[in-house]
Amino acid sequence: MRYVDEYRDGRAARAIAAEIRALAEPGSNVKLMEVCGGHTHAIYRHGLEALLPDEVELVHGPGCPVCVIPMGRVDDAVSIAERPEVTFASFGDMLRVPGGRRRSLLEAKARGADVRTVYSPLDALGIARREPEREVVFFGVGFETTAPATALTLLRARELGVRNFSVFCNHVLIGPALRAILDSPETAIDGFVGPGHVSTVIGTRPYDFVCREYGRPVVVAGFEPTDILRAVAMLLRQLRDGRAEVENAYGRVVRTEGNPQALAALAAAFAVRDDFEWRGLGAIPRSGLRIADDLAEWDAENRFEVPGARIEDPKACRCGDVLRGLAKPYECGVFGTACTPEKPLGTCMVSSEGACAAYYAYGRHQRREQVTA
Amino acid sequence: MCLAVPGQIVERLDDGLAKVDFTGVRRNVSVVFTPDAEPGDWVLVHVGFALAQIDEDEARATLELLGEAIAAELDASRPDPSNKLQLAGEAP
Repeated sequence: MRYVDEYRDGRAARAIAAEIRALAEPGSNVKLMEVCGGHTHAIYRHGLEALLPDEVELVHGPGCPVCVIPMGRVDDAVSIAERPEVTFASFGDMLRVPGGRRRSLLEAKARGADVRTVYSPLDALGIARREPEREVVFFGVGFETTAPATALTLLRARELGVRNFSVFCNHVLIGPALRAILDSPETAIDGFVGPGHVSTVIGTRPYDFVCREYGRPVVVAGFEPTDILRAVAMLLRQLRDGRAEVENAYGRVVRTEGNPQALAALAAAFAVRDDFEWRGLGAIPRSGLRIADDLAEWDAENRFEVPGARIEDPKACRCGDVLRGLAKPYECGVFGTACTPEKPLGTCMVSSEGACAAYYAYGRHQRREQVTA
Repeated sequence: MCLAVPGQIVERLDDGLAKVDFTGVRRNVSVVFTPDAEPGDWVLVHVGFALAQIDEDEARATLELLGEAIAAELDASRPDPSNKLQLAGEAP
């Protein structure tokens, strides 16, 4: 077993698609939100939307931690990176994200800043240990999937006494984002395809409130085509039966209680900010993590002054609407024209998990001609 | 950011690390969050950290569900001897 290919079986995908067609009520309009950017990309890469009947619409959510970083925070990152003594370490997909006036980390690098791509925060800590004369700052981005890695790296930095290392923390929490979507008067989501890998850490109980308080079903899904299709079928079954429960369709890696060691690391290294600004969703209370007080020495926001400006998104940019499932990428006026992966206006186009990037890469922008014709 | 990949533990190393094999490519990964994983076990790895041990029973159970879906579909599309239109290749 290799745990990947088996879940891509085409016959199984088509069989489940047939089940979905049978479950869909003719004439109905069911909107299911896939929260996670990884799901959005899997759906378009494998052409899954084409397998769904007209009655079932998949709407993209804000589960792209790169997409939701507001431009002001990118500017803060760039201001740290531009300091001559700083080595700024970041995941690759943050490099092209535009800040104000379309400046990005990649652009800063081109102008001489020491910006380096890393696969893991441990790699950034490794750089700090090998290059003691550099001030190494790691750009902590991601949901609860990624935050434990940063947590452990911070704890390790303290344990080893590595003083030339700090983290610029922009980790966010999925629960508050879901609530913000559900509270938004314009969204009309009937059910959620729950994030797969966030759930390996937090378990499935954090989604209970969606069912209890908002009466919508949640099915936690894996990322292979059959995983996603199965989740859609399970959601339709719940809707048909009038149920609203959290179901786990990714049992091979998601346990109800999550990962206790990862959760303990989060509790040790982070505290929850009173509120945090999300691109397109505004300030969401208790939705972002900050570094714990007893790790203050490793908090980049304590070491460096940052502009901390709140920058409005460009008027033409509809990332906010796309992240809330209110607009499809091709409904944005600058999609594929002023905003492309090479010259992105907004984050949805540049992130490896952004909905616009998925559409652009997998050729869906041709649909725009059909839609506007 | 959600991107996590299954890999197989080859051997445990010091400092909470393990050598993990990803279909031929080997990388050192932190297994601090999967303390019970042994060499030979499969783990899900994200940004250099194993987040979960892949549960083989659950994995097989899911594959069985997929197998059942395929079987149900084959049944549904099998020509019904009492339905002459189907036998002639027409849609039911």
